[in-house]
Amino acid sequence: MNALMREWQRFTPAERIGRWAAYFIIVLALIWALRGIEIIPEFLADAPEQMLDLLARMWPPHLGHYHPAVHEALVETLHIASLGTLFSFIFAVPLALMAARNICPYAWLNTLAQLALVTSRSVNSLVWALIFVAIFGPGAAAGTFAIAFRSIGFVGKLLAEALEEISPGPQEALRATGAPDSHVILKGVWPQISPAFWGVALFRWDINIRESAVLGLVGAGGIGVVLDDAINFFQWDRVATILLAILGIVILAEILVTKLRARLI
Amino acid sequence: MMQGLVIRDLVKEYVPGKPVLRGIKLTIEAQGITAVIGPSGTGKSTLLRCINRLVEPTQGEIRLNGEDLVPLKGHALRMARRRIGMVFQEYNLVERLSVMENVLSGRLGYVSFWRAWLRRYAEEDIARAFELLEAVGLPEQATRRADALSGGQRQRVGIARALMQRPELLLADEPTSSLDPRTAIEIMELMTGLSTSARVPLIVNIHNVDLARRFAQRIIGMAGGEIVFDGPPEHLEASHLRQIYGGEDWL
Repeated sequence: MNALMREWQRFTPAERIGRWAAYFIIVLALIWALRGIEIIPEFLADAPEQMLDLLARMWPPHLGHYHPAVHEALVETLHIASLGTLFSFIFAVPLALMAARNICPYAWLNTLAQLALVTSRSVNSLVWALIFVAIFGPGAAAGTFAIAFRSIGFVGKLLAEALEEISPGPQEALRATGAPDSHVILKGVWPQISPAFWGVALFRWDINIRESAVLGLVGAGGIGVVLDDAINFFQWDRVATILLAILGIVILAEILVTKLRARLI
Repeated sequence: MMQGLVIRDLVKEYVPGKPVLRGIKLTIEAQGITAVIGPSGTGKSTLLRCINRLVEPTQGEIRLNGEDLVPLKGHALRMARRRIGMVFQEYNLVERLSVMENVLSGRLGYVSFWRAWLRRYAEEDIARAFELLEAVGLPEQATRRADALSGGQRQRVGIARALMQRPELLLADEPTSSLDPRTAIEIMELMTGLSTSARVPLIVNIHNVDLARRFAQRIIGMAGGEIVFDGPPEHLEASHLRQIYGGEDWL
Protein backbone atom coordinates (compact mmCIF):
# COMPACT_ATOMS: atom_id res chain seq x y z
CA MET A 1 0.00 0.00 0.00
CA ASN A 2 1.02 3.57 -0.60
CA ALA A 3 2.38 5.24 2.56
CA LEU A 4 0.32 8.35 1.81
CA MET A 5 -2.87 6.35 2.10
CA ARG A 6 -2.20 5.89 5.83
CA GLU A 7 -2.72 9.57 6.54
CA TRP A 8 -5.31 9.93 9.32
CA GLN A 9 -7.95 12.63 9.52
CA ARG A 10 -10.35 13.26 12.37
CA PHE A 11 -13.29 14.16 10.12
CA THR A 12 -14.44 13.09 6.68
CA PRO A 13 -14.96 15.97 4.16
CA ALA A 14 -18.72 15.65 4.56
CA GLU A 15 -18.40 15.93 8.34
CA ARG A 16 -16.23 19.03 7.95
CA ILE A 17 -18.81 20.72 5.75
CA GLY A 18 -21.47 19.81 8.27
CA ARG A 19 -19.48 21.31 11.14
CA TRP A 20 -18.87 24.58 9.26
CA ALA A 21 -22.56 24.76 8.42
CA ALA A 22 -23.42 24.30 12.10
CA TYR A 23 -21.05 27.12 13.15
CA PHE A 24 -22.52 29.37 10.45
CA ILE A 25 -26.08 28.69 11.67
CA ILE A 26 -25.10 29.43 15.29
CA VAL A 27 -23.57 32.78 14.31
CA LEU A 28 -26.63 33.65 12.20
CA ALA A 29 -28.94 32.80 15.12
CA LEU A 30 -26.86 34.99 17.45
CA ILE A 31 -27.08 37.97 15.09
CA TRP A 32 -30.81 37.45 14.64
CA ALA A 33 -31.30 37.33 18.44
CA LEU A 34 -29.23 40.47 19.03
CA ARG A 35 -31.30 42.35 16.46
CA GLY A 36 -34.42 41.02 18.13
CA ILE A 37 -33.75 42.45 21.60
CA GLU A 38 -33.47 45.98 20.19
CA ILE A 39 -30.64 47.39 22.25
CA ILE A 40 -30.80 51.15 22.41
CA PRO A 41 -27.16 52.31 22.05
CA GLU A 42 -27.54 55.33 24.33
CA PHE A 43 -29.00 53.20 27.12
CA LEU A 44 -26.24 50.64 26.67
CA ALA A 45 -23.60 53.35 26.87
CA ASP A 46 -24.70 54.79 30.20
CA ALA A 47 -25.59 51.42 31.76
CA PRO A 48 -22.51 51.32 34.05
CA GLU A 49 -23.29 54.87 35.22
CA GLN A 50 -26.93 53.95 35.94
CA MET A 51 -25.86 50.84 37.82
CA LEU A 52 -23.47 52.81 40.05
CA ASP A 53 -26.19 55.37 40.66
CA LEU A 54 -28.61 52.62 41.73
CA LEU A 55 -26.07 51.08 44.08
CA ALA A 56 -25.39 54.51 45.59
CA ARG A 57 -29.11 54.98 46.21
CA MET A 58 -29.25 51.53 47.83
CA TRP A 59 -26.35 52.28 50.13
CA PRO A 60 -26.63 52.33 53.08
CA PRO A 61 -29.56 49.88 53.36
CA HIS A 62 -32.39 51.22 55.49
CA LEU A 63 -32.18 48.42 58.09
CA GLY A 64 -34.71 50.10 60.36
CA HIS A 65 -37.26 49.25 57.70
CA TYR A 66 -36.74 45.52 58.46
CA HIS A 67 -39.01 45.51 61.46
CA PRO A 68 -41.94 44.92 61.25
CA ALA A 69 -42.94 45.11 57.55
CA VAL A 70 -40.12 43.10 55.96
CA HIS A 71 -39.95 40.63 58.83
CA GLU A 72 -43.64 39.79 58.58
CA ALA A 73 -43.41 39.40 54.80
CA LEU A 74 -40.40 37.14 55.24
CA VAL A 75 -42.27 34.90 57.67
CA GLU A 76 -45.19 34.81 55.24
CA THR A 77 -42.77 33.71 52.52
CA LEU A 78 -41.57 30.87 54.75
CA HIS A 79 -45.17 29.83 55.40
CA ILE A 80 -45.96 29.87 51.67
CA ALA A 81 -42.89 27.76 50.88
CA SER A 82 -43.47 25.23 53.67
CA LEU A 83 -47.23 24.81 53.19
CA GLY A 84 -46.81 24.75 49.42
CA THR A 85 -44.21 21.97 49.70
CA LEU A 86 -46.46 20.01 52.05
CA PHE A 87 -49.52 20.37 49.77
CA SER A 88 -47.51 19.36 46.73
CA PHE A 89 -46.68 16.03 48.40
CA ILE A 90 -50.37 15.22 48.90
CA PHE A 91 -50.76 15.16 45.12
CA ALA A 92 -47.23 14.18 44.12
CA VAL A 93 -47.01 10.91 46.10
CA PRO A 94 -50.12 9.27 44.55
CA LEU A 95 -49.12 10.57 41.11
CA ALA A 96 -45.60 9.16 41.53
CA LEU A 97 -47.01 5.78 42.54
CA MET A 98 -49.25 5.84 39.46
CA ALA A 99 -46.42 6.93 37.17
CA ALA A 100 -43.94 4.26 38.30
CA ARG A 101 -44.27 1.32 35.94
CA ASN A 102 -43.06 -1.24 38.49
CA ILE A 103 -45.70 -0.17 41.03
CA CYS A 104 -48.70 0.54 38.81
CA PRO A 105 -49.18 -2.10 36.11
CA TYR A 106 -51.70 -0.12 34.02
CA ALA A 107 -49.98 1.60 31.11
CA TRP A 108 -52.79 4.14 30.63
CA LEU A 109 -52.50 5.25 34.28
CA ASN A 110 -48.70 5.60 33.91
CA THR A 111 -49.21 7.85 30.91
CA LEU A 112 -51.97 9.87 32.58
CA ALA A 113 -49.88 10.45 35.71
CA GLN A 114 -46.84 11.41 33.66
CA LEU A 115 -48.96 13.84 31.65
CA ALA A 116 -50.18 15.44 34.89
CA LEU A 117 -46.61 15.74 36.16
CA VAL A 118 -45.36 17.29 32.92
CA THR A 119 -48.26 19.76 32.91
CA SER A 120 -47.39 20.87 36.42
CA ARG A 121 -43.73 21.38 35.48
CA SER A 122 -44.36 23.10 32.18
CA VAL A 123 -46.10 26.03 33.87
CA ASN A 124 -43.79 28.42 35.69
CA SER A 125 -44.49 29.33 39.34
CA LEU A 126 -45.20 32.93 38.34
CA VAL A 127 -47.79 31.78 35.82
CA TRP A 128 -49.39 29.46 38.37
CA ALA A 129 -49.41 32.45 40.75
CA LEU A 130 -51.22 34.62 38.17
CA ILE A 131 -53.82 31.89 37.74
CA PHE A 132 -54.37 31.46 41.49
CA VAL A 133 -54.45 35.22 42.10
CA ALA A 134 -57.30 35.28 39.60
CA ILE A 135 -59.04 32.48 41.52
CA PHE A 136 -58.37 33.35 45.17
CA GLY A 137 -57.58 37.02 44.84
CA PRO A 138 -54.21 38.47 45.81
CA GLY A 139 -52.53 37.08 48.93
CA ALA A 140 -50.64 34.22 50.47
CA ALA A 141 -53.26 31.58 49.57
CA ALA A 142 -52.59 32.13 45.86
CA GLY A 143 -48.85 31.91 46.51
CA THR A 144 -49.18 28.67 48.46
CA PHE A 145 -51.16 27.01 45.69
CA ALA A 146 -48.80 28.30 43.02
CA ILE A 147 -45.84 26.78 44.89
CA ALA A 148 -47.72 23.54 45.46
CA PHE A 149 -48.80 23.13 41.83
CA ARG A 150 -45.36 23.89 40.44
CA SER A 151 -43.76 21.45 42.92
CA ILE A 152 -46.07 18.52 42.14
CA GLY A 153 -44.37 17.87 38.81
CA PHE A 154 -40.86 18.16 40.19
CA VAL A 155 -41.45 16.04 43.29
CA GLY A 156 -43.62 13.51 41.45
CA LYS A 157 -41.09 12.99 38.67
CA LEU A 158 -38.16 12.48 41.04
CA LEU A 159 -40.16 10.16 43.30
CA ALA A 160 -41.39 8.14 40.32
CA GLU A 161 -37.77 7.75 39.14
CA ALA A 162 -36.68 6.66 42.63
CA LEU A 163 -39.55 4.15 42.70
CA GLU A 164 -38.57 2.70 39.33
CA GLU A 165 -35.01 2.12 40.54
CA ILE A 166 -35.83 0.05 43.62
CA SER A 167 -34.98 -3.62 43.72
CA PRO A 168 -38.00 -5.87 43.03
CA GLY A 169 -36.80 -8.69 45.33
CA PRO A 170 -38.21 -7.45 48.66
CA GLN A 171 -41.61 -6.71 47.07
CA GLU A 172 -41.71 -10.22 45.61
CA ALA A 173 -40.81 -11.72 48.99
CA LEU A 174 -43.51 -9.77 50.84
CA ARG A 175 -46.13 -10.59 48.21
CA ALA A 176 -45.17 -14.25 48.70
CA THR A 177 -46.05 -14.01 52.42
CA GLY A 178 -49.62 -13.09 51.46
CA ALA A 179 -49.25 -9.39 52.30
CA PRO A 180 -51.76 -7.06 50.58
CA ASP A 181 -50.42 -4.38 48.20
CA SER A 182 -50.71 -1.65 50.86
CA HIS A 183 -48.46 -3.64 53.20
CA VAL A 184 -46.01 -4.38 50.39
CA ILE A 185 -45.69 -0.67 49.67
CA LEU A 186 -45.34 0.14 53.38
CA LYS A 187 -42.69 -2.45 54.23
CA GLY A 188 -41.12 -3.34 50.88
CA VAL A 189 -41.18 -0.11 48.88
CA TRP A 190 -41.14 2.75 51.39
CA PRO A 191 -37.94 1.68 53.22
CA GLN A 192 -36.19 1.59 49.85
CA ILE A 193 -37.23 5.09 48.75
CA SER A 194 -37.28 6.93 52.08
CA PRO A 195 -33.78 8.43 51.62
CA ALA A 196 -34.78 9.70 48.17
CA PHE A 197 -38.09 10.96 49.55
CA TRP A 198 -36.53 13.09 52.30
CA GLY A 199 -33.83 14.28 49.93
CA VAL A 200 -36.42 15.47 47.40
CA ALA A 201 -38.62 17.04 50.12
CA LEU A 202 -35.76 19.10 51.56
CA PHE A 203 -34.42 20.09 48.16
CA ARG A 204 -37.84 21.25 46.96
CA TRP A 205 -38.46 23.19 50.18
CA ASP A 206 -35.13 24.94 49.61
CA ILE A 207 -36.11 25.82 46.02
CA ASN A 208 -39.59 26.92 47.13
CA ILE A 209 -38.21 29.46 49.58
CA ARG A 210 -36.39 31.14 46.68
CA GLU A 211 -39.37 30.87 44.34
CA SER A 212 -41.89 32.18 46.85
CA ALA A 213 -39.73 35.28 47.33
CA VAL A 214 -40.67 36.51 43.85
CA LEU A 215 -44.34 35.49 43.83
CA GLY A 216 -45.30 38.77 45.48
CA LEU A 217 -44.40 40.56 42.23
CA VAL A 218 -47.68 39.25 40.82
CA GLY A 219 -49.56 39.78 44.08
CA ALA A 220 -49.35 36.27 45.49
CA GLY A 221 -48.13 37.27 48.95
CA GLY A 222 -44.80 37.04 50.72
CA ILE A 223 -41.76 39.27 50.62
CA GLY A 224 -42.15 39.92 46.90
CA VAL A 225 -45.09 42.25 47.66
CA VAL A 226 -42.91 44.42 49.87
CA LEU A 227 -40.14 44.33 47.28
CA ASP A 228 -42.52 45.39 44.52
CA ASP A 229 -43.83 48.29 46.62
CA ALA A 230 -40.36 49.51 47.50
CA ILE A 231 -39.30 49.44 43.83
CA ASN A 232 -42.46 51.26 42.72
CA PHE A 233 -41.82 54.00 45.29
CA PHE A 234 -38.13 54.21 44.34
CA GLN A 235 -37.16 53.47 47.96
CA TRP A 236 -33.86 51.89 46.98
CA ASP A 237 -32.48 51.73 50.53
CA ARG A 238 -35.52 49.63 51.43
CA VAL A 239 -35.02 47.46 48.35
CA ALA A 240 -31.47 46.78 49.56
CA THR A 241 -32.78 45.71 52.99
CA ILE A 242 -35.27 43.35 51.40
CA LEU A 243 -32.67 41.82 49.08
CA LEU A 244 -30.36 41.28 52.07
CA ALA A 245 -33.23 39.64 53.99
CA ILE A 246 -33.91 37.26 51.06
CA LEU A 247 -30.20 36.44 50.82
CA GLY A 248 -30.14 35.74 54.57
CA ILE A 249 -33.13 33.41 54.54
CA VAL A 250 -31.86 31.51 51.49
CA ILE A 251 -28.48 30.96 53.18
CA LEU A 252 -30.17 29.87 56.40
CA ALA A 253 -32.41 27.43 54.52
CA GLU A 254 -29.41 26.04 52.68
CA ILE A 255 -27.53 25.41 55.95
CA LEU A 256 -30.57 23.82 57.58
CA VAL A 257 -31.25 21.56 54.60
CA THR A 258 -27.63 20.41 54.43
CA LYS A 259 -27.61 19.58 58.14
CA LEU A 260 -30.96 17.76 58.03
CA ARG A 261 -30.00 15.78 54.95
CA ALA A 262 -26.81 14.55 56.62
CA ARG A 263 -28.92 13.40 59.57
CA LEU A 264 -31.76 11.78 57.62
CA ILE A 265 -29.96 9.95 54.85
CA MET B 1 -59.13 -34.58 50.81
CA MET B 2 -55.63 -35.20 49.55
CA GLN B 3 -52.89 -33.86 51.83
CA GLY B 4 -49.75 -32.40 50.31
CA LEU B 5 -49.21 -30.83 46.93
CA VAL B 6 -50.72 -32.22 43.72
CA ILE B 7 -49.78 -30.64 40.40
CA ARG B 8 -51.60 -31.72 37.26
CA ASP B 9 -50.80 -30.82 33.65
CA LEU B 10 -49.12 -27.56 34.61
CA VAL B 11 -48.18 -25.47 31.56
CA LYS B 12 -46.52 -22.06 31.60
CA GLU B 13 -45.87 -20.04 28.47
CA TYR B 14 -44.26 -16.60 28.91
CA VAL B 15 -44.49 -16.24 25.13
CA PRO B 16 -47.49 -17.94 23.50
CA GLY B 17 -46.44 -21.14 21.79
CA LYS B 18 -43.14 -21.43 23.67
CA PRO B 19 -43.90 -23.37 26.84
CA VAL B 20 -41.37 -23.25 29.67
CA LEU B 21 -43.26 -25.93 31.58
CA ARG B 22 -44.80 -28.65 29.40
CA GLY B 23 -47.52 -30.37 31.39
CA ILE B 24 -45.87 -31.04 34.75
CA LYS B 25 -47.44 -33.84 36.81
CA LEU B 26 -46.18 -34.08 40.36
CA THR B 27 -47.43 -35.22 43.76
CA ILE B 28 -45.56 -34.22 46.89
CA GLU B 29 -46.55 -35.61 50.25
CA ALA B 30 -47.28 -33.50 53.28
CA GLN B 31 -43.74 -33.92 54.59
CA GLY B 32 -40.20 -34.61 53.48
CA ILE B 33 -37.58 -32.81 51.45
CA THR B 34 -37.77 -32.75 47.68
CA ALA B 35 -34.94 -31.35 45.57
CA VAL B 36 -35.56 -30.14 42.02
CA ILE B 37 -32.43 -30.27 39.87
CA GLY B 38 -31.87 -29.26 36.29
CA PRO B 39 -29.94 -26.83 34.07
CA SER B 40 -30.55 -23.07 34.19
CA GLY B 41 -33.56 -21.96 32.19
CA THR B 42 -35.34 -25.28 32.36
CA GLY B 43 -38.26 -23.95 34.39
CA LYS B 44 -37.34 -24.89 37.97
CA SER B 45 -37.90 -21.35 39.24
CA THR B 46 -41.04 -21.00 37.15
CA LEU B 47 -42.41 -24.22 38.64
CA LEU B 48 -41.82 -22.98 42.19
CA ARG B 49 -43.25 -19.54 41.44
CA CYS B 50 -46.35 -21.03 39.86
CA ILE B 51 -47.09 -22.75 43.17
CA ASN B 52 -47.36 -19.48 45.13
CA ARG B 53 -48.54 -17.65 42.03
CA LEU B 54 -45.69 -15.16 41.80
CA VAL B 55 -45.91 -16.43 38.22
CA GLU B 56 -49.30 -17.01 36.60
CA PRO B 57 -49.70 -20.57 35.30
CA THR B 58 -51.02 -20.74 31.74
CA GLN B 59 -53.03 -23.88 32.47
CA GLY B 60 -53.23 -26.78 34.84
CA GLU B 61 -54.09 -27.45 38.43
CA ILE B 62 -52.08 -27.00 41.63
CA ARG B 63 -53.75 -28.38 44.74
CA LEU B 64 -52.34 -27.67 48.20
CA ASN B 65 -54.03 -29.86 50.83
CA GLY B 66 -56.99 -30.20 48.49
CA GLU B 67 -57.50 -26.58 47.42
CA ASP B 68 -56.77 -25.61 43.80
CA LEU B 69 -54.54 -22.51 43.88
CA VAL B 70 -54.68 -21.67 40.16
CA PRO B 71 -58.12 -19.96 39.98
CA LEU B 72 -57.59 -17.93 43.20
CA LYS B 73 -57.68 -14.14 43.04
CA GLY B 74 -57.35 -11.18 45.40
CA HIS B 75 -58.13 -11.98 49.03
CA ALA B 76 -58.36 -15.75 48.50
CA LEU B 77 -54.96 -15.76 46.76
CA ARG B 78 -53.37 -13.86 49.66
CA MET B 79 -54.91 -16.32 52.13
CA ALA B 80 -53.34 -19.17 50.13
CA ARG B 81 -49.95 -17.42 49.96
CA ARG B 82 -49.90 -17.06 53.75
CA ARG B 83 -49.76 -20.85 53.94
CA ILE B 84 -46.69 -21.07 51.66
CA GLY B 85 -43.29 -19.84 52.81
CA MET B 86 -40.54 -18.99 50.34
CA VAL B 87 -36.78 -18.63 50.58
CA PHE B 88 -35.01 -16.79 47.73
CA GLN B 89 -31.62 -17.01 46.07
CA GLU B 90 -30.89 -13.31 46.64
CA TYR B 91 -32.45 -13.45 50.14
CA ASN B 92 -34.84 -10.59 49.17
CA LEU B 93 -34.64 -8.96 52.58
CA VAL B 94 -35.65 -5.33 53.00
CA GLU B 95 -32.14 -3.96 53.40
CA ARG B 96 -32.91 -0.85 55.39
CA LEU B 97 -35.09 -2.59 57.96
CA SER B 98 -33.81 -4.37 61.05
CA VAL B 99 -33.43 -8.13 61.19
CA MET B 100 -36.39 -8.28 63.58
CA GLU B 101 -38.66 -6.36 61.23
CA ASN B 102 -37.62 -8.56 58.35
CA VAL B 103 -38.58 -11.66 60.31
CA LEU B 104 -41.84 -10.08 61.47
CA SER B 105 -42.72 -9.20 57.88
CA GLY B 106 -43.51 -12.90 57.52
CA ARG B 107 -46.70 -11.98 59.42
CA LEU B 108 -47.72 -9.18 57.04
CA GLY B 109 -50.51 -11.35 55.68
CA TYR B 110 -52.04 -11.37 59.17
CA VAL B 111 -51.58 -7.89 60.66
CA SER B 112 -53.58 -4.77 59.81
CA PHE B 113 -51.98 -1.87 57.92
CA TRP B 114 -52.01 0.39 60.98
CA ARG B 115 -50.43 -2.20 63.21
CA ALA B 116 -47.73 -2.80 60.60
CA TRP B 117 -47.21 0.95 60.24
CA LEU B 118 -46.94 1.56 63.97
CA ARG B 119 -44.89 -1.64 64.36
CA ARG B 120 -47.41 -2.97 66.89
CA TYR B 121 -47.02 -6.67 66.18
CA ALA B 122 -48.70 -9.16 68.52
CA GLU B 123 -46.71 -10.23 71.58
CA GLU B 124 -46.76 -13.86 70.48
CA ASP B 125 -45.45 -12.93 67.03
CA ILE B 126 -42.52 -11.09 68.60
CA ALA B 127 -41.84 -14.01 70.95
CA ARG B 128 -41.90 -16.39 67.99
CA ALA B 129 -39.59 -14.15 65.99
CA PHE B 130 -37.05 -14.26 68.83
CA GLU B 131 -37.40 -18.06 69.00
CA LEU B 132 -36.81 -18.34 65.26
CA LEU B 133 -33.81 -16.01 65.37
CA GLU B 134 -32.38 -18.31 68.00
CA ALA B 135 -33.21 -21.36 65.91
CA VAL B 136 -31.41 -19.94 62.86
CA GLY B 137 -28.40 -18.96 64.97
CA LEU B 138 -28.82 -15.19 65.08
CA PRO B 139 -30.02 -14.55 68.64
CA GLU B 140 -27.98 -11.36 69.09
CA GLN B 141 -28.71 -9.76 65.74
CA ALA B 142 -32.36 -8.69 66.11
CA THR B 143 -31.71 -4.95 66.05
CA ARG B 144 -29.05 -4.91 63.32
CA ARG B 145 -29.96 -3.64 59.91
CA ALA B 146 -30.28 -6.37 57.28
CA ASP B 147 -27.69 -4.70 55.03
CA ALA B 148 -25.08 -5.11 57.79
CA LEU B 149 -25.27 -8.92 57.59
CA SER B 150 -23.19 -11.40 55.58
CA GLY B 151 -24.78 -13.52 52.85
CA GLY B 152 -25.13 -16.57 55.08
CA GLN B 153 -26.67 -14.50 57.88
CA ARG B 154 -29.11 -12.89 55.44
CA GLN B 155 -30.28 -16.27 54.23
CA ARG B 156 -30.82 -17.31 57.86
CA VAL B 157 -33.08 -14.28 58.25
CA GLY B 158 -34.84 -15.27 55.01
CA ILE B 159 -35.52 -18.73 56.45
CA ALA B 160 -36.79 -17.25 59.73
CA ARG B 161 -39.12 -14.93 57.77
CA ALA B 162 -40.57 -17.85 55.79
CA LEU B 163 -41.09 -19.95 58.94
CA MET B 164 -42.69 -16.97 60.67
CA GLN B 165 -45.70 -17.63 58.42
CA ARG B 166 -46.13 -21.09 60.04
CA PRO B 167 -46.37 -22.39 56.48
CA GLU B 168 -47.93 -25.63 55.30
CA LEU B 169 -45.36 -25.76 52.52
CA LEU B 170 -41.88 -24.29 52.23
CA LEU B 171 -40.39 -23.39 48.84
CA ALA B 172 -36.72 -22.53 48.38
CA ASP B 173 -35.48 -21.16 45.06
CA GLU B 174 -31.72 -21.77 44.76
CA PRO B 175 -31.21 -20.83 48.43
CA THR B 176 -27.49 -21.61 48.38
CA SER B 177 -26.38 -20.42 44.94
CA SER B 178 -25.07 -17.07 46.21
CA LEU B 179 -23.16 -18.63 49.12
CA ASP B 180 -19.73 -20.21 49.57
CA PRO B 181 -19.64 -24.04 49.75
CA ARG B 182 -19.38 -24.27 53.52
CA THR B 183 -22.13 -21.75 54.21
CA ALA B 184 -24.25 -23.48 51.56
CA ILE B 185 -24.07 -26.73 53.53
CA GLU B 186 -24.84 -24.95 56.81
CA ILE B 187 -27.88 -23.28 55.26
CA MET B 188 -29.14 -26.56 53.80
CA GLU B 189 -28.67 -28.28 57.17
CA LEU B 190 -30.55 -25.51 58.93
CA MET B 191 -33.40 -25.38 56.43
CA THR B 192 -33.92 -29.13 56.20
CA GLY B 193 -33.61 -29.50 59.98
CA LEU B 194 -36.14 -26.79 60.74
CA SER B 195 -38.65 -27.89 58.12
CA THR B 196 -38.41 -31.50 59.31
CA SER B 197 -38.93 -30.60 62.97
CA ALA B 198 -41.86 -28.34 62.02
CA ARG B 199 -43.23 -31.15 59.77
CA VAL B 200 -43.41 -28.79 56.80
CA PRO B 201 -42.72 -30.27 53.39
CA LEU B 202 -39.82 -28.51 51.64
CA ILE B 203 -39.30 -28.18 47.91
CA VAL B 204 -35.89 -26.82 47.05
CA ASN B 205 -34.51 -25.87 43.64
CA ILE B 206 -30.82 -26.51 43.61
CA HIS B 207 -27.94 -26.46 41.14
CA ASN B 208 -25.64 -28.56 43.22
CA VAL B 209 -26.36 -32.26 42.63
CA ASP B 210 -24.24 -33.34 45.61
CA LEU B 211 -26.18 -31.12 47.99
CA ALA B 212 -29.43 -32.46 46.53
CA ARG B 213 -28.31 -36.05 47.09
CA ARG B 214 -27.10 -35.29 50.59
CA PHE B 215 -30.19 -33.51 51.94
CA ALA B 216 -33.20 -34.63 49.92
CA GLN B 217 -35.28 -37.79 50.26
CA ARG B 218 -36.57 -37.34 46.75
CA ILE B 219 -35.01 -35.84 43.66
CA ILE B 220 -36.90 -34.46 40.68
CA GLY B 221 -34.77 -33.99 37.57
CA MET B 222 -36.04 -31.48 35.01
CA ALA B 223 -34.95 -30.88 31.44
CA GLY B 224 -36.65 -28.88 28.71
CA GLY B 225 -39.64 -28.04 30.88
CA GLU B 226 -40.42 -31.67 31.71
CA ILE B 227 -39.72 -34.04 34.58
CA VAL B 228 -37.24 -36.64 33.38
CA PHE B 229 -36.29 -38.21 36.70
CA ASP B 230 -38.27 -38.73 39.86
CA GLY B 231 -36.97 -40.93 42.65
CA PRO B 232 -34.81 -41.25 45.75
CA PRO B 233 -31.18 -40.03 45.57
CA GLU B 234 -29.84 -43.62 45.47
CA HIS B 235 -31.55 -44.17 42.13
CA LEU B 236 -30.03 -41.12 40.47
CA GLU B 237 -27.44 -42.51 38.03
CA ALA B 238 -24.93 -40.93 35.67
CA SER B 239 -27.29 -41.78 32.81
CA HIS B 240 -30.00 -39.66 34.40
CA LEU B 241 -27.61 -36.74 34.88
CA ARG B 242 -26.65 -37.01 31.20
CA GLN B 243 -30.31 -36.84 30.32
CA ILE B 244 -30.91 -33.85 32.64
CA TYR B 245 -27.86 -31.73 31.87
CA GLY B 246 -26.80 -33.12 28.48
CA GLY B 247 -23.24 -34.03 27.43
CA GLU B 248 -21.01 -36.24 29.53
CA ASP B 249 -17.55 -34.72 29.69
CA TRP B 250 -18.40 -32.99 32.96
CA LEU B 251 -19.41 -36.18 34.76
